[in-house]
Amino acid sequence: MSKENQAVSAAYAGLQQKAALVRQSRHEKPLLLVGTATCGLAAGAAAVLKTIKEELARQKVEATVLEAGCMGHCYAEPLVIVYKPGFPPILYGYVTEGIASRLVIDFLAGDDPCLEFALGALEENEFLPALSDFPRFGVEQKIILENCGLIDPENIMDYIAHDGYAGLARALQLEPAAVVAEIKASGLRGRGGAGFPTGRKWETCLGTPADEKYVICNADEGDPGAFMDRTIMESNPHLVLEGLIIAARAVGADRGYVYVRAEYPLAVKRLALAVEQARQCGLLGENILGGGFGFEVEVFQGSGAFVCGEETALIASIEGEPGIPRHRPPFPAAAGLYGRPTVIDNVKTLSFIPSIINRGADWFKSTGTPGSPGTAVFALAGKLVNTGLTEVPMGTTLNQVVYDVGSGIPKGKKFKAVQIGGPSGGCLPESALDMPIDFDSLSGAGAMMGSGGMVVLDEDDCMVEIARFFLDFTQKESCGKCTMCRLGTRQMLDILEDITRGRGRPEDIDLLLSLAEDIKAGSLCGLGKTAPNPVLSTIRYFRDEYEAHINEKRCPSLMCQELIAFYILPEKCERSCDACVGSCPVEAIYNNADRIKVIDQQKCVKCNSCVDACPPQYRAVIKLSPPELVAEREKENK
Amino acid sequence: MSGEVTLTIDGREITVREGEKLLWAALDNGIYIPHLCADRKEEKPDAACRLCFVEIEGRPQPVTACSEPVAAGMVVNTRSERVDRLAGTAFELLLSSHRLDCGKCAANRSCALQKIARERKFKLKVTRLRTLDRNLPVDDSSPVVTYDPNKCVLCGHCVRACRRQGGGVLGFAGRGFERRVTTFGGASLAAAGCSGCGACAAACPVGALTAKNVRLPNAGAKR
Repeated sequence: MSKENQAVSAAYAGLQQKAALVRQSRHEKPLLLVGTATCGLAAGAAAVLKTIKEELARQKVEATVLEAGCMGHCYAEPLVIVYKPGFPPILYGYVTEGIASRLVIDFLAGDDPCLEFALGALEENEFLPALSDFPRFGVEQKIILENCGLIDPENIMDYIAHDGYAGLARALQLEPAAVVAEIKASGLRGRGGAGFPTGRKWETCLGTPADEKYVICNADEGDPGAFMDRTIMESNPHLVLEGLIIAARAVGADRGYVYVRAEYPLAVKRLALAVEQARQCGLLGENILGGGFGFEVEVFQGSGAFVCGEETALIASIEGEPGIPRHRPPFPAAAGLYGRPTVIDNVKTLSFIPSIINRGADWFKSTGTPGSPGTAVFALAGKLVNTGLTEVPMGTTLNQVVYDVGSGIPKGKKFKAVQIGGPSGGCLPESALDMPIDFDSLSGAGAMMGSGGMVVLDEDDCMVEIARFFLDFTQKESCGKCTMCRLGTRQMLDILEDITRGRGRPEDIDLLLSLAEDIKAGSLCGLGKTAPNPVLSTIRYFRDEYEAHINEKRCPSLMCQELIAFYILPEKCERSCDACVGSCPVEAIYNNADRIKVIDQQKCVKCNSCVDACPPQYRAVIKLSPPELVAEREKENK
Repeated sequence: MSGEVTLTIDGREITVREGEKLLWAALDNGIYIPHLCADRKEEKPDAACRLCFVEIEGRPQPVTACSEPVAAGMVVNTRSERVDRLAGTAFELLLSSHRLDCGKCAANRSCALQKIARERKFKLKVTRLRTLDRNLPVDDSSPVVTYDPNKCVLCGHCVRACRRQGGGVLGFAGRGFERRVTTFGGASLAAAGCSGCGACAAACPVGALTAKNVRLPNAGAKR
C-alpha cells in the first residue's frame, strides 16, 4: 500500500470512529425524527416539530429531536419516527399537532406507543406490523433512497456512520482510470432522462487533455410533477456530494458545481451546509483525506429557466450567458464549461456512484435489466392513493408501481394512463401496464424514462387536454432560439387549443403528426427534440378522444370546459334542498315551477361548485358533452 | 487546420480548407443550401434557423450544414425527401410568423425568404399552418433605420452586426414565442443610444430592419 493510500485509510477510519461515537450517544435517550423535507413542511411538519419540542419541555422528557428528510411516503406526511429504548422504531403518519402532543405525553412520558397513529415499525417485531409487511416492500429496492428520511441530512457524521464517503475513500486509493473502468463496467446510464452511459462520458472527459476540467451536478429539476432530485438533496445531500467528488477524482477535475434551481431553497441550504461540513472534515479542498487529490465545489443557483436543465444551456448559465442551448457536438465531455472538458451528471446518477465504487460493478448489475442495470427512482403523483417517492429495480412493471407501490386509483375511479418522463415523455395506456420499465422499453412505447416523474391519470382526465398542458409548458419554456421549437411547438399548441375548444378540423390530427415528426428530427436541443412526445403518444393510444373532440365536439372525459355543460337531473333533485343554489357564484341556478333546480346555461361559468355542493345521497348535478345535450334533455322532460 | 480536404457534394468533388463548415464549402462552390442565421464571421455556429439540413452518407439523420465540419471523403447530398421536408417545415414556420407584405416591403426582391422559396420551390404563403402575427409596434424612432419586429425571423445578423459595429444596442430578449430582437429594457432605438450606423439594416436579410432614405455614414458591411 502506498503512503497516500495509507493516509486515506487512516483519515477515513478516524472519521468513522467519530461518527460511531455520535451515533452511539444518540440512542442513549429517546430519539424523534421529524420529516421536514418540502413534502413534510407543506403538510405541516414545522408545526409538528414545534409542538414536539414544546411538549417535551413541558413534560420534562429528555429526548433528541432531529429533522430528517423524506422516506417516500409523501401521502402520509407529516411523518415522525420514534426510537424509544425497549420498543421497535415506529413510524407515525398523518401526524397533527394533537397527535404530536400525544406521542410525547402518552409514549415518551408514559409507555403507550399510540399504535392507532402508527403506519408501521421500521423493523420486524412482536408488537405491530413492520413496513416490510407492506406490499410495496416486495417491489421496492432502495439503493439511493436507502437512508433518505432515516438520517439527519444536516449532520455529516450521520452519513459517515452509514458508510458515507467510504466510496470516496476507495476511489482515492484507485487510479482514476480504474474508477472510470468500474463505472463503465457497471453499465450505469444517466438518470437525467436520455440514459447515456455514464462511464463513456467520464472516459471521454478523462481522455481529453486540458489544463482544467470540471464536473457539474445537474440539479435543475423542472418537469411538472417531478420531485425526486429535490427529495434526495433535501434528505441526503452528502450522497450527491460524494458522487460528485468521486466523479471529479475519476476525470481529474479540480472544480465542480451543483447547479440547483433557486426555487429549491431547502435543497440549496442543505447542500451548502453539506459542502461546508465536508470541507471541515477534509473531504473537500486541498489534499482530500491526505490522498493528494484536491477539489472545490460551489452550489450554483439557477434562475428559473426549465431549459437550463439542458446541459449546454446549463453551462452557458454558469458562464454568465443567457441559458440557451448550443449545437452539439462538441459534447461537454470534450469541450464544456469555459471550453474545458466537463462531466455533467444528474443528481440520481451521481447518487449511484458511491455504492458502485463501494460494492462493485457486478453488484450493481445484479439489479435491473441487462440494458438498464440498477434501480429507477420515480416521483408518483396524480390520481394515486399513495403519492410519493419510490425506487424499484429496472424491469419492474408499471402495474407493480401503480398498484403495489401506489395502491391504485383513489375514489374507485378507473385507471386511464400514466404520464412518464414529463414534457419529454409520453402517456402510456392500460395495455402498457404489464410492460417492464427500462430506458429502452419506454422509448419503444413512445414515452421516455425522463428524469422519473410519473403522473397517473384516471377516467376524468382528457388526453387531449393533457397533451395541450404539456405543449403549453414546453412552448413557454422553449428558449426560442431555434425555429422548430419556437414556432413548431407554438403551432402545435394552437392546434391543440382549437381541438379542446371544439374548433378542431379533421385534418388537424395529421398536421399534428407531421409537425411533431419534423420538430423531433429538426430541433436544435433535447427540449425541442422531445417536446412532441406527449402529443404523439396520446394520438397513438387515445386517437378516439381526439376524434371525438374534432368530429363530435365532445370531450369523452368531460374535462374540456367549452365542450361540456352542467345539468341537474330532475328525477334526482331533492326539491327542498338549496345547496347548489347557494354554492353558485353567478346565480345561474333557479327553481322551476315544481321547485326543481335548473341551470341557466347562459349564466353558468362551469366552475363545478354545484357538483361539489350537491349532497352525495342525491348526486343530481351531472356534466354533459357536447353541451347541446342539455337542450335535448330539457325537451324530453317537458 | 492548415491542410485541405476533398469531399463530395451532390456528386461533385470539391476541395476546401480543413475545418471549414459544410455550408460554406457548398456555397463557395456554387452549390446552394438554404440558410438564414449562418454567419461566416462567427467561430461557433448558431444553428438556429434549421434550414440548412443536408444528408451525409453514413449518418442516420439529416444534419445542419452550418455546424458540420468537412471531412475527407465525406459524401454529402443537399437534397433528399427528408431534407426538403425539414427545410420546408422550418421555412413555413418562419413564414407563419413573418408579416407577409412583399409588395410594399423594402426588401422585396433582395429578401432571403424569397430566395429560399425560389430555389426550393416553396410557396411564399402560409397554407397548412396558422398565421402567428404578433402585432408588435414598429419602431420608427431612429432617423436612420425602421424596425418592424413583425417581420423579424430571429436570424441574429443584426445583433451580431450591432455588436461588431454599432456598440451592441441590439440583443435578444424573451423566451419561446416571445423571443425577439430588442434593446435593453425594450427602449426605442433612439432612446437606447443607437449610433445610427445602419449596420443592422444592411445585415437584415428579410426587411425587418430597413434603412430610411438617408445616406448612411458607414453602412455597406456585407454579410
